[in-house]
Amino acid sequence: MDVSVITSNFKFLILQGLIGIGPFIGGTLRLAIPAILFGFVLGIFVGLARLAQAPWIRMPATMYVEFFRGVPLVMVIFWIWFIIPQLLRLPIPEYGVALTAFVIFEAAYFGEIVRAGVQSVPRGQVEAATALGMTGTKTMAYVVLPQALKNMVPSLVTQMIVLFKDTSLASIIGYVDLTKAAQIVNNREIKPFQIYIFIAIVYWLCTYSMSVFARRLERRAA
Amino acid sequence: MNYTFKWSVLWTGESGRWLLQGLLTTLELSALAWVLAVALGILAGALRTVRFTPLRWAATSYVEFFRNVPLLVWMFFWYFGVPPLLPRGIQDWLFNHGAEFWAGMLALGVYHGARISEVIRSGIQSIPRTQFEASVAMGLTTFQSYRLIILPVALRLIVPPATNESLNLLKNSSVALTISVAELTFQTRQIETYTAKAIEALTAGTLIYLVLCLSIATIMAKVERRYAIPGLIARVGPAA
Repeated sequence: MDVSVITSNFKFLILQGLIGIGPFIGGTLRLAIPAILFGFVLGIFVGLARLAQAPWIRMPATMYVEFFRGVPLVMVIFWIWFIIPQLLRLPIPEYGVALTAFVIFEAAYFGEIVRAGVQSVPRGQVEAATALGMTGTKTMAYVVLPQALKNMVPSLVTQMIVLFKDTSLASIIGYVDLTKAAQIVNNREIKPFQIYIFIAIVYWLCTYSMSVFARRLERRAA
Repeated sequence: MNYTFKWSVLWTGESGRWLLQGLLTTLELSALAWVLAVALGILAGALRTVRFTPLRWAATSYVEFFRNVPLLVWMFFWYFGVPPLLPRGIQDWLFNHGAEFWAGMLALGVYHGARISEVIRSGIQSIPRTQFEASVAMGLTTFQSYRLIILPVALRLIVPPATNESLNLLKNSSVALTISVAELTFQTRQIETYTAKAIEALTAGTLIYLVLCLSIATIMAKVERRYAIPGLIARVGPAA
């Protein structure tokens, strides 16, 4: 099979598509890494809010999670794409739209993981911390969350891999990630089989190394 | 915000028909892909637990490769990449008979088959190995013990994670709009293009997805209770 189409476009696909160095503002990694970080941080708040005693905190958080888990990510991307320019009355670059959509959407999923992780910490730990005179916030920050985090690692990594793959959907609104870069190359070269198999392998190498890393992390944490 | 709402665009003109068609296409696409995914999932999930190494290895490579690559890439692969490799006659036939629908169905089915197989594998592995040994000792072949003993129990155990995964499939069918399958999200965009009323169109589409997902989840919660195995509270499967 003729793979010259890959060798001649290798630099564009990897540098522009995967990393984001090139004529376009793009890159799968440049979108995925902040989306994972901010999505997880927002997810912590969502997850803790779902466990709150006060119904006026718990109910909105529950509705948030149920809503975003019930709609497709593509739909959310389109919402942000139309709504933000309307609200702010100024055009937003694709990068901002995609990042906002991913953070808001994935926070619902991260929130569920955080909630399950916190609930997996034995109740006695909280009681012991209270008995030691720690406040609620301190108990959460120093006793519950560190232990919860350890239990969350497998599902967290699974969700990060899901998010990494989901960033390919940013190409729908024209963000030049790896998938869009492949489309650009294919429009010029018309070698779809080779090009799409090649980016499938690139995505696979990224996600697979994430899961191998996670397994090593789990062994060390255990 | 300077936006004039005009909800009537949803029931005047073609919008209603488009939404209904989109909903039907989404359901048809998801249902067919689901059947394929469950068949592949049971096959690969079961093969990953057998002793015979080549079969286990083949199933593992299928699962690890297909579920770790974005669905969108598979959509493009099945729609743009594969047909040029087929004989001319089949190509022409395909493109006259909705090639994008079949490519989307394959992409969804093969991708989610790999994901469902993980759910099924964890279900099978949660059944004590002794059950299998006992059935072999009673004279059943490996195939018979999977069909008659292991799978019936495993399938009942995995109802919650399998429901979750099926809903993911339904939601992911929206990705098929990228290869212009006229499903629900595609039709929502079409209404937006024709009427320039983005919020109304998106609200309609979003609500339909929400109602669909929530009602399936409610029905499956009933099924879960109906088919729960008495005395077993084992929770199976990956969280996500």
